[in-house]
Amino acid sequence: MAPIARSLPALSAGFFFLILTVGAAVVSSGPADGFTINGRVRIPGAGAFGLPGKISDAKVTLNGGKRITFLRPDGYFSFHNISAGTHLIEVAAIGYFFSPVRVDVSARNPGKVQAALTENRRVLNELVLEPLREEQYYEIREPFSIMSLVKSPMGLMVGFMLIVVFLMPKLVENMDPEEMRRAQEEMRSQGVPSLSNLLPGAARSN
Amino acid sequence: MAAIGTRVLSVLLFLSLSNLASSLYEDQVGLMDWHQKYIGKVKHAVFHTQKAGRKRVVVSTEQNVIASLDLRHGDIYWRHVLGADDAIDGIDIALGKYVITLSSGGSILRAWNLPDGQLVWESILKGSSPSKIMLIVPTSFRVDRENLIFAFAGGCLHAVSSIDGEIIWRKDFAAKSLEVQQVIQAPAEETVRVLGYVESSQFHAYEINPRKGDEIKHVNVDFPGGLSADTVLVSDDVLVALDATRSVLLTILFQDGEINFRKTQILSLVDDSHGVVEILPCKLADMFALKTNKFLVLAKVMDGGVVELVEKIKEAAALSDAVSLSESQQAIALARHENQKLHIIVKPVHDWNIDLLKETIKIDNQRGLVHKVFINNYVRTDRSYGFRALIVMEDHSLLLIQQGEIVWCREDGLASVIDVTTSELPVEKDGVSVSKVEQSLFEWLKGHILKLKGTLMLASPEDVAAIQNMRLKSSEKSKMTRDHNGFRKLLIVLTGSGKVFALHTGDGRIVWSLLVQSLRKSEKCDYPTGLRIYPWQVPHHHAMDENPSVLVVGRCGPSDDAPGLLSFIDAYKGEELDSLVPIHSIVQVIPLPFTDSTEQRLHLLVDANQRAHLYPRSPKALTIFHSEISNIYWYSVEADNGIIRGHVSKGSCSHDEDEYCFDPKDLWSVVLPAESEKIVASETHKINEVVHTQAKAIADQDVMYKYISKNLLFLATTAPKGSGEIGSATPEESWLVVYLIDTITGRILHRMTHQGSQAPVHAVFSENWVVYHYFNLRAHRYEMSVVEIYDQSRADNKDVLKLVVGKHNLTSPVSSYSRPEVTAKSQSYFFTHSVKAITVTSTAKGITSKQLLIGTIGDQVLALDKRYLDPRRTVNPTQAEKEEGMIPLTDSLPIIPQSYVTHALKVEGLRGIVTVPAKLESTTLVFTYGVDLFFTRLAPSRTYDSLTEDFSYALLLITIAALIVAIFVTWIWSERKDLQEKWR
Repeated sequence: MAPIARSLPALSAGFFFLILTVGAAVVSSGPADGFTINGRVRIPGAGAFGLPGKISDAKVTLNGGKRITFLRPDGYFSFHNISAGTHLIEVAAIGYFFSPVRVDVSARNPGKVQAALTENRRVLNELVLEPLREEQYYEIREPFSIMSLVKSPMGLMVGFMLIVVFLMPKLVENMDPEEMRRAQEEMRSQGVPSLSNLLPGAARSN
Repeated sequence: MAAIGTRVLSVLLFLSLSNLASSLYEDQVGLMDWHQKYIGKVKHAVFHTQKAGRKRVVVSTEQNVIASLDLRHGDIYWRHVLGADDAIDGIDIALGKYVITLSSGGSILRAWNLPDGQLVWESILKGSSPSKIMLIVPTSFRVDRENLIFAFAGGCLHAVSSIDGEIIWRKDFAAKSLEVQQVIQAPAEETVRVLGYVESSQFHAYEINPRKGDEIKHVNVDFPGGLSADTVLVSDDVLVALDATRSVLLTILFQDGEINFRKTQILSLVDDSHGVVEILPCKLADMFALKTNKFLVLAKVMDGGVVELVEKIKEAAALSDAVSLSESQQAIALARHENQKLHIIVKPVHDWNIDLLKETIKIDNQRGLVHKVFINNYVRTDRSYGFRALIVMEDHSLLLIQQGEIVWCREDGLASVIDVTTSELPVEKDGVSVSKVEQSLFEWLKGHILKLKGTLMLASPEDVAAIQNMRLKSSEKSKMTRDHNGFRKLLIVLTGSGKVFALHTGDGRIVWSLLVQSLRKSEKCDYPTGLRIYPWQVPHHHAMDENPSVLVVGRCGPSDDAPGLLSFIDAYKGEELDSLVPIHSIVQVIPLPFTDSTEQRLHLLVDANQRAHLYPRSPKALTIFHSEISNIYWYSVEADNGIIRGHVSKGSCSHDEDEYCFDPKDLWSVVLPAESEKIVASETHKINEVVHTQAKAIADQDVMYKYISKNLLFLATTAPKGSGEIGSATPEESWLVVYLIDTITGRILHRMTHQGSQAPVHAVFSENWVVYHYFNLRAHRYEMSVVEIYDQSRADNKDVLKLVVGKHNLTSPVSSYSRPEVTAKSQSYFFTHSVKAITVTSTAKGITSKQLLIGTIGDQVLALDKRYLDPRRTVNPTQAEKEEGMIPLTDSLPIIPQSYVTHALKVEGLRGIVTVPAKLESTTLVFTYGVDLFFTRLAPSRTYDSLTEDFSYALLLITIAALIVAIFVTWIWSERKDLQEKWR
């Protein structure tokens, strides 16, 4: 019952991704028993055969939930009594996104296995599958910055007030008094309340 | 101006697009959601208390869960949910460090690491024929012996090394046509014994060498009377069996290679036994237990096979297996009920008159009877024996009893939720004390300042913990009164144990629980099961003071034509108001949109003969129904025959005097060709769905009219070959056909074929669209398709002038009788995962955009915006379409990790997702159930109508204060400046 070939991809230390090795292991042992698919999930960088706690909860599902199996300490899993045909294997592990794997079990030439990722149609001739990505379920809180405070409605309120209080009088002061008076008269004639009227300091500045 | 306007609009749309995912910050976990972990009804339990360290109990359950529980608090150390077909047959602990499970009808043997639940090895056992399943793990391993475990399954005995799971030897007994009854591995002896029958009339005993599996001895004896399969092992060399008539007990002794037997009439033990006698499968050590229809009989086997009656127990009781205290002493626990009290008695086997322990515990009446008892002993400091008992109750709850007290209790009935409904909480009454508010004002301010610190990232770790704690403990959310936003509700869940729970949406606590009397086994109803739960009475308007009630619909037996049962439960008090057991069979329940004067909703229950029965049975309800009888239609789907039929009520039942019963009249039927199409899924609208608008404004100021009919049925059929599991059909021999059928007229509005696709199909129907998930064999990927139906007859109503003048047909009634001019648009996309359940969010007014909630194979719930499933998506949307918010077409649907509703949690064994609208339009409540429960609140278009939870009131106050201060400062400045001006 030993798998014919278990391909071991080279360990790359510090590489923190899971590598799923679908062993080329289709073993024929009589028509009644069907075939066996052996595979492997491995974490380089986590020790020789160690799996972190959350991977011990990883599940491997065949054909949409008909069969579920778990990972052994060395990361291997197997499905037994599989009929010849095309099957779908899914790995569910919190924190990682795995592409489902299409596995063709051929009855004509036992021992030959074809596996391909269904997400990007990559054929696994080396039978190595990397999880497409790590999944981050939470938004990352932006670290505190002045900008975020300023951008908030309250920040805008305060900012506007500051501009009006400190900048406007300066602008008004820098204006030519003659021009100012003309402008005020013009505005009064139009009946529009001028800003300088609203600001007591500016209105009486001249 | 217009250009600027559209540009602004497009910017806004872009902003809203970028926020498609409703995401969560890590510190918000538990703020709006709660998650509860369960395991289900315990089947087997093995204690692990030998070592001084953590004391634990390993259990396997009927929900196919194996779990290691903390014996002190009942918490889960680890747990694994096996596949649905992977039922656990046996469980034990080997070598003190491995948990061994035998599952899948005895074909999979697994070893799990006891401390952390890591799978250590897995072996496949190959059997040849179905048989009894036994797992034998020798209790004491000697150093010199190989550490073998024995598994008997499929007619074969397997010896498996407990270290690596290697099968050492295998011996086929089915080939010898031996029906194996018991396998014994006596600790004192070197051999394994296999006992069984050949053709129910010969008794065989084999002795086998455990190392090599070769036969040492084989003896057999004829039993002319015949034997039944009921056997129990009394000791290592005595077997008790029943003969074929079940009236004679046989004690079979097989000592020193000889078989002797002795017959005992059951009547001589129990003088008034009636009915079927059963031997209980408890390992009692020198004793055995018989169950008759009246008594539980305990009997002891004396020397020479003489059977002696020990005790007859009349009340409901449960027995544990024997637990050995010392080399020679063994004890049994007996749990019996006596008016609301539970007596736990532990007695030594050798002397039944002594009580090692006698405890009486008052137990909640809602827990029902004891179903199972497991005991474990420990040595107290004074060297006497102490016992702890693990009890499984009728409601599937698990209790640990020690020293006369319930140490902990797990409500594991909630692992088998069948159906869910909700109920509003009572309205808040006047008289909330003001002093309480004032007292908490300071606290409130303090809390907000803490929160402010949190948002400014100035908080220390202790502060962060305090903020988190404060948020979780917020008394607001767990109040027992109705709130403005409609977030607080009661979730009323019906569970597989026949118990109904009311859970508070705020924190998930159990408000009340009720073991429904009519859902318990009785003479009238043998195997009652709950089917559905419906809101029965929702008081508002004239019946405000009455409590709401719910209707539980059940069935006495597994088949469709089994008699039905109804139970009415008060939703506030948790009391059964009324029940009807047994009634006609129930295959379909149709809540009608009418209520009677007491706000009871009219329900039509359809029986197996398609006759409709009206409830409530009151004259008023009958009057309402009679006036509406011509408008009431229903349909039935016969999935096995491939027929869909439409029915209408013809009038009162002809053969029956019952005036609440109505005969059906077949209106239409759709017959599908059995050789090419098999029904795999059908789906309709939710009854309580609200649609806000019929029109859909699309790009270029155009309008499309949705075809909104409540009477639409989505039906999916596949080729018979494609209805099985994936991998069983080739793309050429499988296809999927979907139909949209009007259930009033039987008219097929839309039909579409997906070549090379197959079941399983999961569908959801809402407004004018259906989304369904299926497997595409050609691409070997899952696909999701959307079908949207639009009404063409209203498509001309675009001219404003016409609308003003009144030349439009918008007010003309929508009728299913008229032939609708509809167009259907459809599009398909790839989807990565297998799906367990799919539903759609629902809001109070239906204005908020919708999200699909997809329960994936990994037991997570993914929220997917409906805009991704829009058949008008194109690869290059025009500027106008972009402004409308259309997403460019991609071949697969995106999976954004932040849009997992369940974030980093799993709802193990996910079975269903229920959405309930809150009163706040933007928000919907989501309840997900499986082995675990998960509840959260979702805002598919963000909370546009209220401030978010983490809105900083303190920052607002500070801003206002700052503004006021600034006003005064500037005023003083200006005064001063004025003065200076005047002095100048």
